[in-house]
Amino acid sequence: MKPFDYQRPDTLSGAHGAARDGATFIAGGTNLIDLMKLEVMAPDTLIDISRLGLDRIVPHGDGLHVGATVTNSDLAADMRIRRDYPVLARALLAGASGQLRNKATTGGNLLQRTRCPYFYDTATPCNKRSPGSGCAALGGEMRNHAVLGTSEHCVALHPSDMAVAMRALDVTVEVEGADGTRSETALDDFYRLPGDRPDQETTLDAGDLITGVILPAPFGGRQTYRKVRDRASYAFALVSVAATVRMENDRISNVALAFGGIGTRPWRDPDVEDLLTGETPTTALFEKAGDILMKDAVLREGLEFKDTLVRRLLTATLTEMTQ
Amino acid sequence: MKTSFTVNGSPFSIDLDPRVTLLDALRDHLNLTGSKKGCDHGQCGACTVLVDGRRINACLSLAVMHDGDEITTVEGLSEDGRSPLQSAFVRHDGMQCGYCTPGQLCSATAVFREIAEGWPSHVSETLDGPYALTREELAERMSGNICRCSCYPGINAAILETAEEDAGYAEAAE
Amino acid sequence: MTFDLKIDEPHPEHRADGLAQGVLEQDNDRPDGWLKVAGTATYAAEEQADDMLHGFLVRAPKIGAVSCPNVDDVRAMEGVRSVLRDPRMIRNAAQGTANEAPAQGVDRAAYVGQPVALVVAESFEQARHAAQALVVSVEEEDKPVQPDAVEPEKPEDKSTELGDLDRAMSEAAFTVDAVYTTPSMVSAAMEPHAATAHWDGETLTLRGSLQMLKFNRNELADSVGLDPKHVRVLAPYVGGGFGSKLGISADCVAAALAAMELKQPVRVVQHRRNVFEVNTRRSETRQHIRLAADTEGRLTGLGHEALVSNLPEEEFSEPVIQGSHFAYAASNRTLGMKVARIHRSAAGSVRAPGESVGVTAFEVAMDELAQAAGVDPVNLRLRNIPEKDPESGKPFSSHRLEAALRQGADAFGWSHRHAAPRQQREGEWWIGTGMAAAFRVNMVIEAEARISLTRDGATVMSDMTDIGTGSYAIFGQIAAELLGLPLDRIDAQLGDTRFPPGSGSGGSFGAASTGTAVWLAGMEIRKQIADRLGCSEAELTLKDGKATYANKRASLRDLLSDEPITGHGHVEPGEAAEKVRQATFGAHFAEVAVSDVTGEVCVRRMLGSFAAGRILNPRTATSQCHGGMTWGIGMALTEELTHDRRDGHAVNRDLAGYHLPVNADVPPLEVHFVEELDDWAGPMQAKGIGELGICGAGASILNAVYNACGARVRDMPATPDRVLAALPS
Ligand SMILES: Cc1cc2nc3c(=O)[nH]c(=O)nc-3n(C[C@H](O)[C@H](O)[C@H](O)COP(=O)(O)OP(=O)(O)OC[C@H]3O[C@@H](n4cnc5c(N)ncnc54)[C@H](O)[C@@H]3O)c2cc1C
Ligand code: SF4
Ligand code: FES
Ligand code: FES
Repeated sequence: MKPFDYQRPDTLSGAHGAARDGATFIAGGTNLIDLMKLEVMAPDTLIDISRLGLDRIVPHGDGLHVGATVTNSDLAADMRIRRDYPVLARALLAGASGQLRNKATTGGNLLQRTRCPYFYDTATPCNKRSPGSGCAALGGEMRNHAVLGTSEHCVALHPSDMAVAMRALDVTVEVEGADGTRSETALDDFYRLPGDRPDQETTLDAGDLITGVILPAPFGGRQTYRKVRDRASYAFALVSVAATVRMENDRISNVALAFGGIGTRPWRDPDVEDLLTGETPTTALFEKAGDILMKDAVLREGLEFKDTLVRRLLTATLTEMTQ
Repeated sequence: MKTSFTVNGSPFSIDLDPRVTLLDALRDHLNLTGSKKGCDHGQCGACTVLVDGRRINACLSLAVMHDGDEITTVEGLSEDGRSPLQSAFVRHDGMQCGYCTPGQLCSATAVFREIAEGWPSHVSETLDGPYALTREELAERMSGNICRCSCYPGINAAILETAEEDAGYAEAAE
Repeated sequence: MTFDLKIDEPHPEHRADGLAQGVLEQDNDRPDGWLKVAGTATYAAEEQADDMLHGFLVRAPKIGAVSCPNVDDVRAMEGVRSVLRDPRMIRNAAQGTANEAPAQGVDRAAYVGQPVALVVAESFEQARHAAQALVVSVEEEDKPVQPDAVEPEKPEDKSTELGDLDRAMSEAAFTVDAVYTTPSMVSAAMEPHAATAHWDGETLTLRGSLQMLKFNRNELADSVGLDPKHVRVLAPYVGGGFGSKLGISADCVAAALAAMELKQPVRVVQHRRNVFEVNTRRSETRQHIRLAADTEGRLTGLGHEALVSNLPEEEFSEPVIQGSHFAYAASNRTLGMKVARIHRSAAGSVRAPGESVGVTAFEVAMDELAQAAGVDPVNLRLRNIPEKDPESGKPFSSHRLEAALRQGADAFGWSHRHAAPRQQREGEWWIGTGMAAAFRVNMVIEAEARISLTRDGATVMSDMTDIGTGSYAIFGQIAAELLGLPLDRIDAQLGDTRFPPGSGSGGSFGAASTGTAVWLAGMEIRKQIADRLGCSEAELTLKDGKATYANKRASLRDLLSDEPITGHGHVEPGEAAEKVRQATFGAHFAEVAVSDVTGEVCVRRMLGSFAAGRILNPRTATSQCHGGMTWGIGMALTEELTHDRRDGHAVNRDLAGYHLPVNADVPPLEVHFVEELDDWAGPMQAKGIGELGICGAGASILNAVYNACGARVRDMPATPDRVLAALPS
C-alpha cells in the first residue's frame, strides 16, 4: 500500500474541496482497502466520506432516498426496504458476509471493482488496471467472467448483487460533482460497457461523489432474488437473477429482470421484458426469453456453462413467480 | 496521524501511519493479539471485532477511520475469559487450532444482537421477522467466519446452547 | 531414566484398561481451549519486541532467470533496512521429515510465485510497500506447466502388477473403466505461515508456525548454515497445518537470515496470496480406475493408475494408490504411479496424502460397480474385504471395516434408501444418499517425551506440536492416567526444541507416536514409585495423588523428595511394520439434495463410523473426524486451485477465490467410533484419527449426488456447472 494522505471532512463541501485535487473517496473501505493492499489501486489521498451524514434512508416522493453511506446491513434491515423492495433486501443479504455488510455502503457497493483474478494480480496484464497492457483473462482461466457486453479488451464481470436488484428496480443514482452540481443518472445509464476502455466503468467524472440512490415508488407484485454460487454462502454469484413480476388475469402485466454473473454490468435486456409482457406464462415463453437474453452472448472457453445455467434459472424463477 | 478510540473499555490515543489497519493497530500497536489475521482481505473472518457493537473485519478498515469508536475484541468479551459463550466453546470443542476462534466469538456475540434486533438473513423464510436462532439461521449468519479445522458443529452447538441457556444474553449484548 | 520401546511385537496386555485414574478415553476439555477462547494463546507472529523489524516476501512473476534492477532504489525507501536476495533463501517449503534444506536460491524461479527477495523495514506497512515497489525482471524460460505436456516418470517401486487385469476385465460379468480427476488443492490453514526470528550472535531462536520441530530445526539450520545445536525452534500454538507446515517454510528461513544480518528481531508473515504458492499444494491427479467383478460383485480385477505432478528435485509424489494396495481383494491387479515434472508450485503432503484423493476416486468407482452389478454399495464393500493384505499376504494387525460399515449403515438408516437414482424429490430438489469406505495407512514414527513429577504435579515435555489435534489434552490425560493425578495437576509443555524430540504432527501419527512416548515416560516414573514402595510397577495403583500397593498406602507428596522424579519415553517403529499390515478403516454416509434447476448440491447430513484403535479422547477425536468429513465436502463440491494454462500460476490464490466450506455448507455431522484395540499399535493400542475422516468422505457425497439425480461426476469438485453437465436430460 502506497503512503497516502487521509482526510475526514465532515461536510459535503469539505469533501468536494478535497476531491478537486484528484483524491479518492473511501466509504466502507471493504473494496478499496483490499485493492490498495495489493496496489491494484494506489490513491495519493483518501477522503473518508463516512461522516458526511449520508447514512440516512428518507422518503423521496413515493419512493425512498438511500444515502450513499447507508450500510448494506442497515439497508437490508430497513423495514421499508423489506416490505416494499424485498428483491433489494434479498440481494443484499445474499452478498458477502455479516461483517462485510456492516461496513459495505450503498455507494461503495455500486462502485466495487471486478473480481477478475487477473485484475487483482499486478504481475499480469490487465486493461482495466493498467489501460493498454492487454487482458490476461483472455486465453487464461475464465470462470467468474462475463458472456454479455464483453469486448476483446475486457471480459470482466460486475460482481455486485445489490446493483442487480437495483437495476431491476429502476433506481437513479444521485451524484454531486466536485463543483457541487447535483445530477441524477438512471442506473441503466450509469455503467459503461468495457469497449476499448475497460478502466472507465461508469459515467462518473473525476471527483464526482455519489450522494445517494433513489428508489422509485414501490412496484408491488412479486419479487425475488436468486443467486447461484460455488458454496452456500460468502461467495460471489456464478449467476443471479433479480425479478419483479406483476400478474393480471393470469397474464404477465409487468416484469423486470436483471442478471448478475453474466454481464460486464448488471444486465437487463428490454427485449426480454417486452417479449414477456402481456403474455400467458408458459415454459416455451420463458425458454424463448432465454434465447433473446443470450442471443449476443459470447461463450468463451470456461464460460459455456453460464448459458445453460442462466436459462434454467430464468425459466425456474419465472415459473415460480407466475404461478 | 493521531487517532483515539476505546478498546475494551480503555481509551487509547496513538499516532499511526494512516496505512495501519484497525487489525494491525490492535495486534501490533496495542499488543492485543487475540484478534487474528488469516487473510488480511476480508475473506476469512479471523479478524472480526465489534465496533460500536457491530461486527466488522478489522483487516479491511483503517485504524484512522475509527477515531472515537468503541471497539471490543476477544480480550474484552469477558473479564476472565470464561463467559457463558467462551465456556460453551470449550465444552463443545468449538475449536481445534484456535486461530479462527476469537473471530467466531466476536461474530457470535454480534449475531445475538442482530437476532434480537430482528435482522433477517439470506435463509430467512420471510423478511418480516422476528427470527429464532435456528441451526440454519446460525450457520448462514456465521458463514463469514471460516474455520479450516472445521469445528462448525462444535461452534454451532456452543452458540445455540448459550443462546438458549441465557435468554438474557442477547439483550445483555446490546 | 529412559524407557525405550521398539514396536516389534503386539501388545496384548491392555494396561490402559487397568489403570485407576479413569481419565484416559474420557471426554475431556482441551486445556489449551481456555487460552484460545480468551485470545491469549500466542501464535508465531504474536511475539512483540520494541525493535521488531518486518519482512515481506517478494515473488517471481514468471519462470526464469531473476534480477531486481531497482534494488538500490528500494533499499533507499522509507524505513527499509534490507532487501535480502540471499542464495540460502528456499525455493519452496521443505517436504515433511526432509530434515535438510529444500532447494534454495533466488536467481532462478522454477515456478511463478517463488520467493526471490525479502524486504525488511521498520514497519509492516513500509515493508509491504517496498516489496511491491521492488521490480522483479525475469528472463523467461519456457517450461512445461501442464501435467500432460511432458513424458511422466514412472517410479517402479510404487507399482503392483499381479495376474492379468486385461483378461479379468474381458471375462468379468461387470466392469468399471473410468477416469477421475481431482484438482490441485491447498491446506489453507487459517494461520498463515509466519516466523519471528531472534539472533544473539550465537543462537538463532525462531518462533514458527510449524508441525514437526525436530526436523524443522535441522532444515532451518541446514538452510542458513548453522549447527542445529545453535538453533531453537518454538511453536507452542499453531493455527492449523494440515501438511502445509510439515517442512521449514520460506518465511522462517528468510526471517532467520534477516535477523542474522540485521542483528534485530525480524518477523515475516506470508501474505495469504503467497501461502497458496510458496507452500506445498496437493497435486492434481488423473486416476484411471478399472474394476472387474463376477456376477455377485466380487472383484476379480482391480486397476488404479494415477498421474500426479511435482517440481523437478522434489522427492514427494502424491501416493494416490496407497490405499488401493490393501483396500480390496482381487487377484488381478495393476497399480501404478506416474509423475509429471512440471513447473507449478511444489506439491507435497496435504491432509491424508494419497488416500484423501485416491480412496475418494476409488470409492466412486466402487459405487459405479455397485450400480452396474445391482449390488447394494455396503454389501459390495463387505463382499470384497480381504482376509489378508492382498498384495503382500501379510495379516492385518486388526481389520474393523465390516464393523464400521454395519454400524454406520445402521445408525444412518441405510436400509431405507432407494437403490435406483432419481427416486425422491422435494420441489426442485432431488434427494439421495451415498456411502463410501474409508482407508488410511497407519504408522508410528520415532518420538520422545519426558515427564517430570514433583509434589505439585507433573509436567509433560516434548517438542511435539498441537496444531489443533489435541496433543495438549491427550498427553495430559495419558500422564494423569499413569501417574494417578487429576488432570489439573498436569501441565503439558509442547512445541519447543529444548524439550525431547517428539514425532511432530503429521500423517496422523502424533497422538499414537508421541503419546506412546509420554506413556513410556509415565511407565518409567511408575517403576520408580513402585521401587520406593517396594513393589513391582504392575502391582502399583496410583489414583488421585495416592499410591497403593496391597495394604500400603502413601501420598505421592510423601513419596517424593524435593527432587522431581523424571521419566523419559522413547518409541521407535520396529518390525511390526514388516510383520503386519496396519491401517485404520471407516465408513462414510451422506445425504444430499441436488437442485434440478441449478445443479447446486446441499449436503443434508453426514455420518462416519471409524475404527482407529483406542480413542484417547472422544471429544478431540470427534473434532478431528468433523474436520476430515468437512474437507470431504470441500473436495467433493467446492475446492479447486486453478492453474493458469500458460505459466502454471495459481490463479485463484485467495480465500475468496479458493472456496473452503463455510458454516452453511456443513450439515450436522455424526461420528461413531468402532470399538477396537489394535495390539500392534503399541502399549496403548491407539492409532491415528486425524486423517481417516477425509479419506473417502467426498465419495460418499458424490455417490449421494448420483443417487439423488443420476449425475455421475468424475471430475472434482462437483460445482453446479459440472453437476448440470452430468445431469441426465
Ligand atoms: C470477501 C468478500 C466477499 C464479497 N462478497 C460479495 C458478494 O457476494 N456480493 C456483493 O455484491 N459484494 C460482495 N463483496 C463486495 C462488497 O459488497 C463491497 O466491497 C462493498 O460493497 C464496497 O462498499 P464499501 O463502502 O466498502 O466501498 P469502498 O471500498 O469504500 O469503495 C469502493 C469504491 O467506491 C468508491 N466510492 C465509495 N463510495 C463512494 C461514493 N459515495 N461516491 C463516489 N465513490 C465512492 C471508492 O472510491 C472506491 O473506489 C465482497 C467483498 C469481499 C471482500
Ligand atoms: S477481463 Fe478485464 S479485468 Fe480481467 S484481466 Fe482482462 S482486462 Fe483485466
Ligand atoms: S483477516 Fe480479516 S477477514 Fe481474514
Ligand atoms: S479452529 Fe482452526 S481454523 Fe477454526
